[in-house]
Amino acid sequence: MHELSLCQALLDQVEQIARDHGATRVDRILLRVGPLAGVEPMLLQHAYPLAAAGTLAEAAELVIEPSGVRVRCSDCDAETDATPNRLLCGACGSFKTRLISGDELLLANLELTIPDD
Amino acid sequence: MCDSCGCNITPGNEHLVRADGKHAKTEDGRAAVTVLQALLSENDHQAAHNREHFDRRGVLALNLMSSPGAGKTSLLEATIEALGQELGIAVIEGDLETENDAERIRAKGVPAIQIATGSACHLDAHMVHDALHRLDLSGVDILFIENVGNLVCPASFDLGQHRNVTLLSVPEGDDKPAKYPVMFRAADLVLCTKADLLPHMPEFQPERAEGYLRNLASAAPFEILSTRPDGDLSPWIQWLRDELHAQRARLELGRTIRPNIQKDGERQHAASTQGTHEHHHHGQHGHHHAHSHG
Ligand SMILES: Nc1nc2c(ncn2[C@@H]2O[C@H](COP(=O)(O)OP(=O)(O)OP(=O)(O)O)[C@@H](O)[C@H]2O)c(=O)[nH]1
Ligand SMILES: [Mg+2]
Ligand SMILES: [Zn+2]
Ligand SMILES: [Zn+2]
Repeated sequence: MHELSLCQALLDQVEQIARDHGATRVDRILLRVGPLAGVEPMLLQHAYPLAAAGTLAEAAELVIEPSGVRVRCSDCDAETDATPNRLLCGACGSFKTRLISGDELLLANLELTIPDD
Repeated sequence: MCDSCGCNITPGNEHLVRADGKHAKTEDGRAAVTVLQALLSENDHQAAHNREHFDRRGVLALNLMSSPGAGKTSLLEATIEALGQELGIAVIEGDLETENDAERIRAKGVPAIQIATGSACHLDAHMVHDALHRLDLSGVDILFIENVGNLVCPASFDLGQHRNVTLLSVPEGDDKPAKYPVMFRAADLVLCTKADLLPHMPEFQPERAEGYLRNLASAAPFEILSTRPDGDLSPWIQWLRDELHAQRARLELGRTIRPNIQKDGERQHAASTQGTHEHHHHGQHGHHHAHSHG
């Protein structure tokens, strides 16, 4: 499992952004993770405190927002819900679909403490 | 002010950062920053750099993925025997431990760099980049990257390859594409290996395995092969020739490709590949706002 290295990548980005904004502390981190991202949210939660120790985001709350799986069909143009191992068009059954949501692994939002300068 | 983290100041967010450079923030000093940036964007940058490197050298880079022992190294050995006289081949081997696979490849007269990932269950773009510094790509037509045997993690990391090849060996059972959708969705070609074992394992039905693959909305070719002496490798060899031909045609047009399906959904949701920030007021809205911005 690579959740620890993902947390490391997450913290690199978070700290960089926090520094760029002159923040002294990161209070909350919002991730958006789809079921097809290949990441287990529980494991990410467990790995987070280990990776965050000693960083600006040490005390931050890590919130993981799951996203649903949706596909768009190139045959009939419908946009339908799907499941991770059945990504066919829900309207016409075609397998010519593109994923429009479900594989994201995004740092969506941060809440920072920025002192008055 | 955000130059250092690679995000861009665009006409859309300029008002948030211009003037005295102060942020939108509330009395308690908290600011909410919308980022929408891929968590693996650092890896993806390195991967894009690797891909440029391959393209400049005219190399086709292929990432081989499978569960442990599905036959990746055996396939490479057989491939070198079939094509080694005709094409320049090099191999990067990823394993948790040992130099064994690289030694097997070198024994066939082909340069191989072993990456020992230690505890990491996958290769990432930085490891491959480091390996490239130890590998002479001149005269190489195809670079094979044999990923760590693992049906989960390697699928999430772009290495800079042009194509993903995923192996599914007969003893593993035909339902693996349904159980590991992330991996099989990433495949540009699925090879059903150890076909010589099919007579011993009638419960493995290749049509069913292919059906599970199609359920993932994958149009990737599904080929059945064996590296045993009377096995047929021709669909694989033909695929390699076709891909090499396609790569050369692309290079003449100054184009490149990434593996077929990678992060379609994520690309739609990320604000941009570089990430863009927007600032919002947050919390304590009952209080007066000490600052205004813009
Ligand atoms: N019957 C049969 N056995 C095979 C075939 N290909 C490979 N094997 C055997 O499967 C075992 C594993 O093969 P490898 O080529 O080392 O597999 P791998 O995917 O490189 O393994 P890792 O790198 O450790 O993940 C060896 O004992 C091979 O001899 C095949 O086509 N048929
Ligand atoms: Mg191997
Ligand atoms: Zn449809
Ligand atoms: Zn920034």
